[in-house]
Amino acid sequence: MSDFRKLKDRIAVVGVGNTSYGNFPHTDDYGLGAEAFRRAIADCGLDKNKVDGLGVCRLPYYARMGEILGLAPRWTVQFPPHGRMSAMAIIEAAAALEAGLCDYAALIYANIGRSRRVNYGGEESPGVWDPFGFTSPGAAHALMFQRHRALYGTTTRQLAEVSVAFRHHAGLNPDAVMKQPITIDDHEAARPITEPLRLLDYCLINDGAVCLILTTKERARDLKQQPVLISGFGAREAYRQSSIANFDLNFWYDEVRDVAAQTYGMAGVGPQDVDALMCYDNFSPTVLFSLEGLGFCGQGESGSFVEGGTLRLGGKLPTNTDGGHLSCSYMQGWALNVEAVRQIRGQCGERQVKDAEVVQFVAATPCSRSIIYTPG
Amino acid sequence: MSTPKPRPHIDTISQGFWDAAREGRLTVQRCDDCAHQHYPGTPVCPNCLSDKQSWAPVSGRGTLLSWVRFHRAYWDGFRDELPYNVILVGLEEGPLMLSNLIGAEPEALKIGDPLQVSFEAMDEATTLPKFRPA
Repeated sequence: MSDFRKLKDRIAVVGVGNTSYGNFPHTDDYGLGAEAFRRAIADCGLDKNKVDGLGVCRLPYYARMGEILGLAPRWTVQFPPHGRMSAMAIIEAAAALEAGLCDYAALIYANIGRSRRVNYGGEESPGVWDPFGFTSPGAAHALMFQRHRALYGTTTRQLAEVSVAFRHHAGLNPDAVMKQPITIDDHEAARPITEPLRLLDYCLINDGAVCLILTTKERARDLKQQPVLISGFGAREAYRQSSIANFDLNFWYDEVRDVAAQTYGMAGVGPQDVDALMCYDNFSPTVLFSLEGLGFCGQGESGSFVEGGTLRLGGKLPTNTDGGHLSCSYMQGWALNVEAVRQIRGQCGERQVKDAEVVQFVAATPCSRSIIYTPG
Repeated sequence: MSTPKPRPHIDTISQGFWDAAREGRLTVQRCDDCAHQHYPGTPVCPNCLSDKQSWAPVSGRGTLLSWVRFHRAYWDGFRDELPYNVILVGLEEGPLMLSNLIGAEPEALKIGDPLQVSFEAMDEATTLPKFRPA
Protein backbone atom coordinates (compact mmCIF):
# COMPACT_ATOMS: atom_id res chain seq x y z
CA MET A 1 0.00 0.00 0.00
CA SER A 2 1.24 3.46 -0.84
CA ASP A 3 1.58 6.22 1.73
CA PHE A 4 2.36 9.86 0.97
CA ARG A 5 4.57 10.02 4.07
CA LYS A 6 7.15 7.91 2.25
CA LEU A 7 8.02 11.16 0.44
CA LYS A 8 9.59 12.52 3.64
CA ASP A 9 13.04 13.98 2.83
CA ARG A 10 12.98 12.45 -0.67
CA ILE A 11 12.59 15.63 -2.72
CA ALA A 12 14.67 18.80 -2.56
CA VAL A 13 14.24 22.37 -3.71
CA VAL A 14 17.53 23.05 -5.47
CA GLY A 15 17.01 26.35 -7.26
CA VAL A 16 14.99 29.46 -6.55
CA GLY A 17 14.62 32.70 -8.44
CA ASN A 18 12.46 35.79 -8.46
CA THR A 19 12.17 38.97 -10.48
CA SER A 20 12.02 42.42 -8.96
CA TYR A 21 8.54 43.24 -7.68
CA GLY A 22 6.57 46.28 -8.77
CA ASN A 23 4.90 47.74 -11.84
CA PHE A 24 6.34 46.48 -15.12
CA PRO A 25 4.08 47.42 -18.04
CA HIS A 26 6.99 47.10 -20.49
CA THR A 27 6.98 43.30 -20.21
CA ASP A 28 4.38 40.53 -19.92
CA ASP A 29 3.68 37.34 -17.96
CA TYR A 30 6.10 35.32 -20.05
CA GLY A 31 8.88 37.90 -19.79
CA LEU A 32 8.56 37.86 -16.01
CA GLY A 33 8.35 34.06 -15.87
CA ALA A 34 11.44 33.71 -18.09
CA GLU A 35 13.44 36.03 -15.86
CA ALA A 36 12.51 34.08 -12.71
CA PHE A 37 13.42 30.79 -14.45
CA ARG A 38 16.75 32.19 -15.67
CA ARG A 39 17.62 33.22 -12.10
CA ALA A 40 16.56 29.87 -10.62
CA ILE A 41 18.71 28.02 -13.17
CA ALA A 42 21.66 30.26 -12.34
CA ASP A 43 20.99 29.66 -8.64
CA CYS A 44 21.31 25.87 -8.92
CA GLY A 45 23.76 25.64 -11.79
CA LEU A 46 21.67 23.08 -13.69
CA ASP A 47 21.83 22.78 -17.49
CA LYS A 48 18.41 24.15 -18.35
CA ASN A 49 17.94 21.48 -21.01
CA LYS A 50 17.82 18.90 -18.25
CA VAL A 51 14.54 20.39 -17.00
CA ASP A 52 11.99 17.79 -18.06
CA GLY A 53 9.10 18.81 -15.82
CA LEU A 54 7.18 22.09 -16.15
CA GLY A 55 4.45 23.45 -13.89
CA VAL A 56 3.10 26.93 -14.60
CA CYS A 57 0.69 29.04 -12.57
CA ARG A 58 -1.08 32.25 -13.61
CA LEU A 59 0.77 32.11 -16.94
CA PRO A 60 -1.62 32.04 -19.88
CA TYR A 61 -0.23 29.04 -21.80
CA TYR A 62 2.26 26.40 -20.66
CA ALA A 63 3.32 25.57 -24.21
CA ARG A 64 4.28 29.15 -25.02
CA MET A 65 6.29 29.29 -21.77
CA GLY A 66 7.99 26.04 -22.79
CA GLU A 67 8.74 27.43 -26.26
CA ILE A 68 10.24 30.61 -24.81
CA LEU A 69 12.48 28.63 -22.46
CA GLY A 70 13.42 26.04 -25.09
CA LEU A 71 12.11 23.14 -23.01
CA ALA A 72 10.77 19.76 -24.15
CA PRO A 73 9.47 18.26 -20.89
CA ARG A 74 7.78 14.93 -20.35
CA TRP A 75 5.65 16.26 -17.47
CA THR A 76 3.56 19.43 -17.71
CA VAL A 77 0.84 20.81 -15.44
CA GLN A 78 -0.98 24.13 -15.68
CA PHE A 79 -2.38 25.48 -12.42
CA PRO A 80 -5.21 28.04 -12.37
CA PRO A 81 -4.41 31.60 -11.26
CA HIS A 82 -5.63 31.12 -7.70
CA GLY A 83 -3.58 32.07 -4.67
CA ARG A 84 -3.91 28.67 -3.09
CA MET A 85 -1.94 26.87 -5.82
CA SER A 86 1.69 27.29 -4.72
CA ALA A 87 2.00 24.45 -2.21
CA MET A 88 -0.47 22.38 -4.24
CA ALA A 89 1.92 22.62 -7.20
CA ILE A 90 5.01 21.88 -5.11
CA ILE A 91 3.39 18.74 -3.68
CA GLU A 92 2.29 17.61 -7.16
CA ALA A 93 5.83 18.12 -8.45
CA ALA A 94 7.28 16.16 -5.53
CA ALA A 95 4.97 13.25 -6.28
CA ALA A 96 5.83 13.39 -9.99
CA LEU A 97 9.57 13.38 -9.25
CA GLU A 98 9.25 10.46 -6.85
CA ALA A 99 7.25 8.53 -9.44
CA GLY A 100 9.89 9.22 -12.07
CA LEU A 101 7.55 11.20 -14.30
CA CYS A 102 10.34 13.76 -14.53
CA ASP A 103 13.86 14.24 -13.12
CA TYR A 104 13.98 18.03 -12.71
CA ALA A 105 10.77 20.01 -12.29
CA ALA A 106 10.57 23.78 -12.79
CA LEU A 107 7.56 25.54 -11.29
CA ILE A 108 6.99 29.03 -12.65
CA TYR A 109 4.52 31.59 -11.38
CA ALA A 110 4.02 35.01 -12.94
CA ASN A 111 1.60 37.79 -12.05
CA ILE A 112 1.13 41.00 -14.01
CA GLY A 113 -2.00 42.09 -12.16
CA ARG A 114 -0.65 45.53 -11.32
CA SER A 115 -0.03 46.55 -14.90
CA ARG A 116 -3.36 44.97 -15.92
CA ARG A 117 -5.23 46.88 -13.16
CA VAL A 118 -6.82 43.75 -11.71
CA ASN A 119 -9.61 44.45 -9.19
CA TYR A 120 -10.46 41.00 -7.82
CA GLY A 121 -14.15 41.87 -7.65
CA GLY A 122 -17.20 43.28 -9.46
CA GLU A 123 -17.57 42.51 -13.16
CA GLU A 124 -14.24 40.67 -13.26
CA SER A 125 -15.61 37.82 -11.18
CA PRO A 126 -19.40 37.52 -11.48
CA GLY A 127 -21.06 35.63 -8.65
CA VAL A 128 -24.42 34.59 -7.29
CA TRP A 129 -24.35 37.31 -4.56
CA ASP A 130 -23.67 40.25 -6.90
CA PRO A 131 -27.24 41.67 -6.67
CA PHE A 132 -26.62 42.30 -2.96
CA GLY A 133 -23.34 44.08 -3.68
CA PHE A 134 -21.21 41.27 -2.29
CA THR A 135 -17.96 40.58 -4.16
CA SER A 136 -14.20 40.13 -3.71
CA PRO A 137 -12.04 37.81 -1.60
CA GLY A 138 -11.37 40.69 0.82
CA ALA A 139 -15.06 40.89 1.69
CA ALA A 140 -15.13 37.16 2.43
CA HIS A 141 -12.25 37.58 4.86
CA ALA A 142 -13.99 40.60 6.39
CA LEU A 143 -17.03 38.38 7.04
CA MET A 144 -14.82 35.81 8.73
CA PHE A 145 -12.93 38.34 10.84
CA GLN A 146 -16.17 40.03 11.95
CA ARG A 147 -17.39 36.66 13.17
CA HIS A 148 -14.06 35.91 14.86
CA ARG A 149 -14.36 39.25 16.70
CA ALA A 150 -17.86 38.43 17.84
CA LEU A 151 -17.11 34.87 18.95
CA TYR A 152 -13.71 35.40 20.58
CA GLY A 153 -13.32 39.12 21.27
CA THR A 154 -10.45 39.52 18.79
CA THR A 155 -9.73 43.21 18.17
CA THR A 156 -8.58 45.16 15.13
CA ARG A 157 -5.55 46.30 17.18
CA GLN A 158 -4.59 42.65 17.58
CA LEU A 159 -5.14 42.13 13.85
CA ALA A 160 -2.84 45.10 13.24
CA GLU A 161 0.04 43.17 14.83
CA VAL A 162 0.14 41.02 11.68
CA SER A 163 0.47 43.93 9.26
CA VAL A 164 2.92 45.80 11.49
CA ALA A 165 5.25 42.79 11.90
CA PHE A 166 5.29 41.99 8.19
CA ARG A 167 5.96 45.62 7.27
CA HIS A 168 8.89 45.61 9.66
CA HIS A 169 10.30 42.58 7.83
CA ALA A 170 9.73 44.21 4.43
CA GLY A 171 11.96 47.06 5.59
CA LEU A 172 14.78 44.50 5.88
CA ASN A 173 14.14 42.99 2.42
CA PRO A 174 15.64 44.80 -0.58
CA ASP A 175 13.05 43.14 -2.88
CA ALA A 176 9.99 44.32 -0.91
CA VAL A 177 7.52 46.78 -2.46
CA MET A 178 6.30 48.51 0.73
CA LYS A 179 9.06 49.39 3.19
CA GLN A 180 7.75 52.43 5.11
CA PRO A 181 7.31 51.31 8.75
CA ILE A 182 3.78 51.34 10.15
CA THR A 183 2.32 51.27 13.65
CA ILE A 184 -0.82 49.80 15.15
CA ASP A 185 -2.29 53.32 15.14
CA ASP A 186 -1.52 53.66 11.41
CA HIS A 187 -3.45 50.43 10.84
CA GLU A 188 -6.41 51.75 12.87
CA ALA A 189 -6.40 55.03 10.90
CA ALA A 190 -6.17 53.41 7.43
CA ARG A 191 -9.19 53.80 5.20
CA PRO A 192 -11.78 51.04 5.47
CA ILE A 193 -12.34 48.90 2.36
CA THR A 194 -14.67 46.12 3.49
CA GLU A 195 -15.16 46.97 7.15
CA PRO A 196 -13.88 45.65 9.53
CA LEU A 197 -10.91 45.31 7.13
CA ARG A 198 -8.84 48.32 6.20
CA LEU A 199 -6.29 49.05 3.50
CA LEU A 200 -3.41 47.69 5.60
CA ASP A 201 -5.20 44.33 5.98
CA TYR A 202 -5.08 43.85 2.21
CA CYS A 203 -2.30 42.27 0.18
CA LEU A 204 -0.51 44.30 -2.43
CA ILE A 205 -1.24 43.96 -6.13
CA ASN A 206 2.05 44.03 -8.03
CA ASP A 207 3.84 42.42 -10.94
CA GLY A 208 6.56 39.81 -10.58
CA ALA A 209 7.45 36.16 -11.01
CA VAL A 210 8.92 33.32 -9.00
CA CYS A 211 10.52 30.01 -9.98
CA LEU A 212 11.43 26.93 -7.96
CA ILE A 213 13.41 23.97 -9.29
CA LEU A 214 12.97 20.60 -7.59
CA THR A 215 14.61 17.23 -7.97
CA THR A 216 15.28 14.10 -5.95
CA LYS A 217 17.58 14.18 -2.95
CA GLU A 218 20.20 12.10 -4.80
CA ARG A 219 20.34 14.37 -7.86
CA ALA A 220 20.34 17.43 -5.62
CA ARG A 221 23.82 16.56 -4.33
CA ASP A 222 25.37 17.35 -7.72
CA LEU A 223 24.05 20.92 -7.80
CA LYS A 224 25.39 24.23 -6.58
CA GLN A 225 23.32 24.98 -3.49
CA GLN A 226 22.72 23.16 -0.25
CA PRO A 227 19.56 21.12 -0.91
CA VAL A 228 16.46 22.09 1.05
CA LEU A 229 14.35 19.04 1.72
CA ILE A 230 10.58 18.71 1.75
CA SER A 231 10.20 16.89 5.07
CA GLY A 232 6.47 17.03 5.52
CA PHE A 233 3.27 18.17 3.91
CA GLY A 234 -0.47 17.95 4.34
CA ALA A 235 -3.64 18.77 2.44
CA ARG A 236 -7.39 19.16 2.99
CA GLU A 237 -10.06 20.91 0.93
CA ALA A 238 -13.21 22.66 2.17
CA TYR A 239 -15.60 22.97 -0.75
CA ARG A 240 -18.92 22.99 1.14
CA GLN A 241 -19.33 26.80 1.12
CA SER A 242 -17.64 27.55 -2.17
CA SER A 243 -20.57 29.58 -3.51
CA ILE A 244 -19.21 32.22 -1.12
CA ALA A 245 -15.71 32.19 -2.57
CA ASN A 246 -12.78 32.26 -0.14
CA PHE A 247 -15.05 31.83 2.87
CA ASP A 248 -15.48 29.32 5.66
CA LEU A 249 -17.82 29.76 8.61
CA ASN A 250 -15.32 28.06 10.95
CA PHE A 251 -12.15 29.71 9.55
CA TRP A 252 -10.94 26.44 7.93
CA TYR A 253 -10.07 25.37 11.48
CA ASP A 254 -10.87 21.67 11.08
CA GLU A 255 -9.11 21.49 7.71
CA VAL A 256 -5.94 23.23 8.90
CA ARG A 257 -5.93 21.00 11.99
CA ASP A 258 -6.01 18.01 9.65
CA VAL A 259 -3.27 19.52 7.48
CA ALA A 260 -1.17 20.14 10.61
CA ALA A 261 -1.56 16.55 11.80
CA GLN A 262 -0.44 15.24 8.39
CA THR A 263 2.44 17.69 8.02
CA TYR A 264 3.89 17.47 11.53
CA GLY A 265 3.33 13.73 11.61
CA MET A 266 5.21 13.21 8.35
CA ALA A 267 8.08 15.53 9.32
CA GLY A 268 8.30 14.23 12.88
CA VAL A 269 8.23 17.72 14.39
CA GLY A 270 5.63 19.90 16.10
CA PRO A 271 4.76 23.59 16.25
CA GLN A 272 7.32 24.07 19.04
CA ASP A 273 10.10 23.08 16.61
CA VAL A 274 9.22 25.63 13.91
CA ASP A 275 11.96 28.27 13.59
CA ALA A 276 10.08 30.43 11.08
CA LEU A 277 6.59 30.36 9.59
CA MET A 278 5.71 31.44 6.05
CA CYS A 279 1.99 32.07 6.18
CA TYR A 280 -0.20 32.79 3.15
CA ASP A 281 -1.50 36.29 3.88
CA ASN A 282 -3.86 37.46 1.18
CA PHE A 283 -5.59 39.32 4.02
CA SER A 284 -4.31 39.69 7.57
CA PRO A 285 -7.06 37.57 9.24
CA THR A 286 -5.85 34.50 7.32
CA VAL A 287 -2.72 34.57 9.47
CA LEU A 288 -4.76 34.40 12.69
CA PHE A 289 -6.81 31.50 11.34
CA SER A 290 -3.64 29.65 10.27
CA LEU A 291 -2.00 30.01 13.70
CA GLU A 292 -5.06 28.50 15.37
CA GLY A 293 -5.41 25.61 12.94
CA LEU A 294 -1.71 24.71 13.15
CA GLY A 295 -1.94 24.65 16.95
CA PHE A 296 0.40 27.53 17.78
CA CYS A 297 -2.50 28.63 19.99
CA GLY A 298 -6.02 27.43 20.73
CA GLN A 299 -9.04 28.33 18.60
CA GLY A 300 -10.01 31.92 19.35
CA GLU A 301 -6.68 32.71 21.00
CA SER A 302 -4.75 34.06 18.01
CA GLY A 303 -5.50 37.70 18.86
CA SER A 304 -3.71 37.56 22.19
CA PHE A 305 -1.08 35.19 20.75
CA VAL A 306 0.16 37.76 18.23
CA GLU A 307 0.19 40.68 20.68
CA GLY A 308 3.52 42.24 21.54
CA GLY A 309 5.44 41.31 18.39
CA THR A 310 5.18 37.51 18.45
CA LEU A 311 5.46 37.35 14.65
CA ARG A 312 8.45 39.72 14.36
CA LEU A 313 12.07 38.67 13.90
CA GLY A 314 13.32 38.05 17.40
CA GLY A 315 9.78 37.20 18.54
CA LYS A 316 8.47 33.79 19.50
CA LEU A 317 7.46 32.87 15.94
CA PRO A 318 9.10 34.94 13.17
CA THR A 319 6.54 34.90 10.37
CA ASN A 320 6.74 36.07 6.75
CA THR A 321 10.28 37.34 7.12
CA ASP A 322 10.23 38.69 3.55
CA GLY A 323 7.23 40.95 4.31
CA GLY A 324 4.61 38.57 2.92
CA HIS A 325 1.82 39.47 0.53
CA LEU A 326 0.91 42.41 2.74
CA SER A 327 4.22 44.24 2.31
CA CYS A 328 6.74 42.37 0.11
CA SER A 329 4.94 41.14 -2.97
CA TYR A 330 1.70 39.53 -4.07
CA MET A 331 3.31 36.34 -5.34
CA GLN A 332 0.41 34.23 -4.01
CA GLY A 333 2.40 31.93 -1.74
CA TRP A 334 5.18 31.28 -4.24
CA ALA A 335 7.61 33.88 -2.86
CA LEU A 336 6.92 32.63 0.67
CA ASN A 337 8.10 29.15 -0.32
CA VAL A 338 11.22 30.73 -1.82
CA GLU A 339 11.75 32.66 1.42
CA ALA A 340 11.49 29.39 3.36
CA VAL A 341 14.24 27.89 1.18
CA ARG A 342 16.47 30.95 1.60
CA GLN A 343 15.98 30.92 5.38
CA ILE A 344 17.13 27.29 5.52
CA ARG A 345 20.12 28.16 3.34
CA GLY A 346 20.96 31.13 5.58
CA GLN A 347 20.81 33.62 2.69
CA CYS A 348 18.41 36.18 4.19
CA GLY A 349 20.87 38.83 5.35
CA GLU A 350 19.37 41.27 7.85
CA ARG A 351 16.15 39.29 8.06
CA GLN A 352 17.81 35.92 8.63
CA VAL A 353 16.37 33.79 11.44
CA LYS A 354 19.40 32.45 13.31
CA ASP A 355 19.96 28.71 12.79
CA ALA A 356 16.70 28.22 10.91
CA GLU A 357 16.34 24.46 10.47
CA VAL A 358 12.59 23.91 10.43
CA VAL A 359 10.66 26.37 8.27
CA GLN A 360 6.97 25.84 7.60
CA PHE A 361 4.73 27.16 4.84
CA VAL A 362 0.97 27.19 5.37
CA ALA A 363 -2.02 28.38 3.35
CA ALA A 364 -5.44 28.39 5.02
CA THR A 365 -7.80 28.51 2.04
CA PRO A 366 -10.52 26.32 0.51
CA CYS A 367 -7.52 24.13 -0.43
CA SER A 368 -5.41 24.25 2.73
CA ARG A 369 -1.81 23.10 2.44
CA SER A 370 1.35 23.09 4.50
CA ILE A 371 4.95 22.13 3.78
CA ILE A 372 7.87 21.74 6.17
CA TYR A 373 11.35 22.45 4.82
CA THR A 374 14.58 21.32 6.48
CA PRO A 375 18.29 21.38 5.51
CA GLY A 376 19.50 18.51 3.33
CA MET B 1 -17.31 52.84 -17.83
CA SER B 2 -20.44 53.13 -15.72
CA THR B 3 -21.74 49.80 -14.44
CA PRO B 4 -25.30 49.51 -13.12
CA LYS B 5 -26.24 47.32 -10.19
CA PRO B 6 -25.72 43.72 -11.21
CA ARG B 7 -28.80 41.58 -11.90
CA PRO B 8 -29.19 38.01 -10.73
CA HIS B 9 -27.76 35.47 -13.13
CA ILE B 10 -30.85 33.46 -14.03
CA ASP B 11 -30.45 30.03 -15.60
CA THR B 12 -32.54 26.87 -15.72
CA ILE B 13 -31.55 26.00 -12.15
CA SER B 14 -31.94 29.40 -10.45
CA GLN B 15 -35.10 30.38 -12.38
CA GLY B 16 -37.37 28.80 -9.75
CA PHE B 17 -35.74 30.73 -6.90
CA TRP B 18 -36.19 34.11 -8.59
CA ASP B 19 -39.75 33.31 -9.74
CA ALA B 20 -40.68 32.51 -6.12
CA ALA B 21 -38.92 35.64 -4.82
CA ARG B 22 -40.97 37.78 -7.21
CA GLU B 23 -44.07 36.28 -5.58
CA GLY B 24 -42.71 37.00 -2.09
CA ARG B 25 -41.66 33.45 -1.22
CA LEU B 26 -38.20 32.48 -0.02
CA THR B 27 -37.13 29.05 -1.25
CA VAL B 28 -34.15 26.73 -1.11
CA GLN B 29 -33.43 23.79 -3.36
CA ARG B 30 -34.76 20.55 -1.87
CA CYS B 31 -33.88 17.08 -3.12
CA ASP B 32 -37.01 15.11 -4.07
CA ASP B 33 -35.27 11.86 -3.12
CA CYS B 34 -33.34 12.52 0.12
CA ALA B 35 -34.84 15.89 1.25
CA HIS B 36 -31.38 17.53 1.49
CA GLN B 37 -31.78 21.34 1.41
CA HIS B 38 -29.18 23.72 0.01
CA TYR B 39 -28.60 27.09 -1.63
CA PRO B 40 -27.54 28.15 -4.26
CA GLY B 41 -29.06 25.57 -6.56
CA THR B 42 -27.06 22.67 -7.96
CA PRO B 43 -27.59 20.40 -10.99
CA VAL B 44 -27.52 17.31 -8.75
CA CYS B 45 -28.11 16.88 -5.02
CA PRO B 46 -24.74 17.21 -3.21
CA ASN B 47 -25.87 14.53 -0.73
CA CYS B 48 -27.22 11.76 -3.01
CA LEU B 49 -26.56 12.99 -6.59
CA SER B 50 -30.24 12.81 -7.53
CA ASP B 51 -31.19 15.10 -10.40
CA LYS B 52 -34.75 15.44 -9.12
CA GLN B 53 -34.85 18.63 -7.10
CA SER B 54 -37.44 21.35 -6.42
CA TRP B 55 -37.54 24.87 -4.98
CA ALA B 56 -39.17 24.43 -1.57
CA PRO B 57 -40.53 27.29 0.57
CA VAL B 58 -38.72 27.98 3.85
CA SER B 59 -39.81 29.91 6.95
CA GLY B 60 -37.88 33.07 6.08
CA ARG B 61 -36.46 33.02 9.59
CA GLY B 62 -32.73 33.01 10.23
CA THR B 63 -29.95 34.40 12.37
CA LEU B 64 -27.22 36.95 11.76
CA LEU B 65 -23.92 35.04 11.36
CA SER B 66 -21.71 37.93 10.26
CA TRP B 67 -21.67 41.14 8.25
CA VAL B 68 -19.40 43.43 6.29
CA ARG B 69 -19.71 47.09 5.32
CA PHE B 70 -18.52 47.99 1.84
CA HIS B 71 -16.66 51.30 1.57
CA ARG B 72 -15.61 50.62 -2.00
CA ALA B 73 -17.92 50.49 -5.03
CA TYR B 74 -17.02 47.53 -7.22
CA TRP B 75 -20.02 48.52 -9.39
CA ASP B 76 -20.98 52.16 -10.04
CA GLY B 77 -24.58 51.23 -9.29
CA PHE B 78 -23.70 50.84 -5.62
CA ARG B 79 -21.69 54.07 -5.33
CA ASP B 80 -24.56 56.17 -3.97
CA GLU B 81 -25.21 53.62 -1.23
CA LEU B 82 -21.69 53.53 0.22
CA PRO B 83 -20.97 52.48 2.87
CA TYR B 84 -23.59 49.73 2.50
CA ASN B 85 -23.94 46.49 4.47
CA VAL B 86 -23.95 42.86 3.39
CA ILE B 87 -25.03 40.27 5.95
CA LEU B 88 -24.51 36.54 6.24
CA VAL B 89 -27.73 34.84 7.29
CA GLY B 90 -28.02 31.30 8.58
CA LEU B 91 -31.51 30.13 7.58
CA GLU B 92 -33.47 28.17 10.18
CA GLU B 93 -33.48 25.28 7.69
CA GLY B 94 -29.65 25.25 7.43
CA PRO B 95 -28.46 26.91 4.20
CA LEU B 96 -26.48 30.17 4.32
CA MET B 97 -27.42 33.26 2.33
CA LEU B 98 -25.80 36.62 1.75
CA SER B 99 -28.18 39.56 1.67
CA ASN B 100 -28.63 43.11 2.96
CA LEU B 101 -30.02 44.18 6.34
CA ILE B 102 -32.91 46.63 6.13
CA GLY B 103 -34.76 48.44 8.92
CA ALA B 104 -31.64 48.60 11.11
CA GLU B 105 -27.88 48.90 10.90
CA PRO B 106 -25.82 45.78 11.64
CA GLU B 107 -23.73 47.73 14.17
CA ALA B 108 -26.86 47.79 16.36
CA LEU B 109 -27.26 43.99 16.23
CA LYS B 110 -25.37 41.10 17.75
CA ILE B 111 -24.12 37.99 15.99
CA GLY B 112 -26.87 35.41 16.54
CA ASP B 113 -29.76 37.91 16.52
CA PRO B 114 -32.93 36.67 14.79
CA LEU B 115 -33.83 37.96 11.32
CA GLN B 116 -36.87 37.72 9.06
CA VAL B 117 -36.91 37.87 5.27
CA SER B 118 -38.42 40.98 3.67
CA PHE B 119 -38.73 41.31 -0.11
CA GLU B 120 -37.61 44.37 -2.05
CA ALA B 121 -38.47 44.79 -5.72
CA MET B 122 -35.61 46.06 -7.91
CA ASP B 123 -38.06 46.39 -10.80
CA GLU B 124 -40.88 44.37 -12.41
CA ALA B 125 -38.58 41.47 -13.26
CA THR B 126 -36.52 41.12 -10.10
CA THR B 127 -37.27 40.98 -6.38
CA LEU B 128 -34.46 40.55 -3.87
CA PRO B 129 -34.89 38.71 -0.56
CA LYS B 130 -33.51 41.03 2.11
CA PHE B 131 -33.66 40.65 5.87
CA ARG B 132 -34.82 42.79 8.81
CA PRO B 133 -34.56 42.22 12.57
CA ALA B 134 -37.27 39.78 13.72
